[in-house]
This record gives sequence, C-alpha cells and structure tokens, in this order.
Amino acid sequence: MAKKMALIATKGTLDMAYPPFILASTAAALGWEVQIFFTFYGLQLLRKNLKSIKISPLANPAMPMPVPMPVFVQMLPGMESMATMMMKQKMKSKGVASLTELRDLCQEAEVKFVACQMTVDLFEFKKSDFIDNIEYGGAATFMKFAGESDVCLFI
Amino acid sequence: MNFDKEYDASGLSCPLPIVKTKKALNDMASGQVLKVLATDPGSVCDMAAFAEQTGNALLEQGSENNKFVFYLKKA
Repeated sequence: MAKKMALIATKGTLDMAYPPFILASTAAALGWEVQIFFTFYGLQLLRKNLKSIKISPLANPAMPMPVPMPVFVQMLPGMESMATMMMKQKMKSKGVASLTELRDLCQEAEVKFVACQMTVDLFEFKKSDFIDNIEYGGAATFMKFAGESDVCLFI
Repeated sequence: MNFDKEYDASGLSCPLPIVKTKKALNDMASGQVLKVLATDPGSVCDMAAFAEQTGNALLEQGSENNKFVFYLKKA
C-alpha cells in the first residue's frame, strides 16, 4: 500500500510557501498519497493569483542581502516588493521552480489540497479566489488522513 | 549503455530533477531504460533514493561532460 504524507501549510510568505509544495510534489513522484491542509496564511497559497506571496527582509536577519541594510531602511515603502523581485530573479537563475509550477506539478500528481473552511470564513475569502479542484474541510477532515499517514508535518 | 529515452534536467534544482524524471518514466514501458542528465549535485543522492523507493532500478550512474548521468530501468 502507498505511503501517506499529511502536511499543514500555515504560512504565506515566499520562503515558507516552498517547503509544502516541494515535499508534496516529491512524495507524489515517489508514489506517496499526499494531502495538504491549508490554514491561516497558508490559504494564500491556494489563490489563483500568487502575487501576494512575498518575502520580507524585515525581522528576517538570516536572509542573505547583497549589501548590508539597516533595519530602518528595510522598513521603507517598496522594500518588500524589491526583496521579492530580487529573490525571484535569483531563484530563476538557479533553476528553482516557480511556486505556480510546483503547485501545478502537485495537482497533476493528484496531491489533494484541502482549504480550512474556518479560516476561509474568517478572512472572508470567496471560493472564486481559489484555484479549482480543492476541497473545503475542518480539523476532523485533516485528522482522518493524518491518522493514517506515515509522515505528518506542520509547516 | 543502451537506453530508450533521454531526459535532460540540466540547470534544474530540487525537486524538479526527480519530479520530472518521474514524469518522463510515466509513458515508458516496464523494462525500458531512461537516461537522465542533471547538474544539481543533490540529484546524486536523490536519484538513488528515488530508485530505492519506487523500485525503478538505478543501473548505472556517473558523469559526462561535467553533468551527472543516471540510467534508470523502469519497474
């Protein structure tokens, strides 16, 4: 019987968006059955448009910067967009897949995406904000699959 | 070594070499051999782990023109 992996994706920043999609697409390629439960800021990863997924240099001292930048400069308007643009350019030059590509590969490999209904309602998202072929459920839905899983991670 | 199909994953980073190798294997028949080229140094360990977990045999691995080369026999 195929191994199973259950993931909870809770973060909506560019750096934290990658691990769930990387692990899920890889596990699916290995023949695993995979389910990702998207909750809180992780819901952003299910939106049709992933433009809101950004990286911030603020309060992120481990982020390598091309030039040292004092915190008061990192706070300036536009810094977040600039950091995101630079990170995306670097990723592209290193052959790192875009989030959209990884997400498509997951769906193609039949990774099941579940959106947390409670946080969908909390943030007043509409189903039309999200991509197709996802399910909506709560903690019990996740626990059912997680209880049978071989690997279970909270990201 | 003889092979039936070649997939070039040069320039791609984790997890694409593995995910796309799996896709390249999808339309092949059991027993056929896939040659994979990659530049990601992580693919050396990853390809062995992929072969072990999927049952596709890693017949041979080495390097060719500064690229990693793998021969996988589809299970």
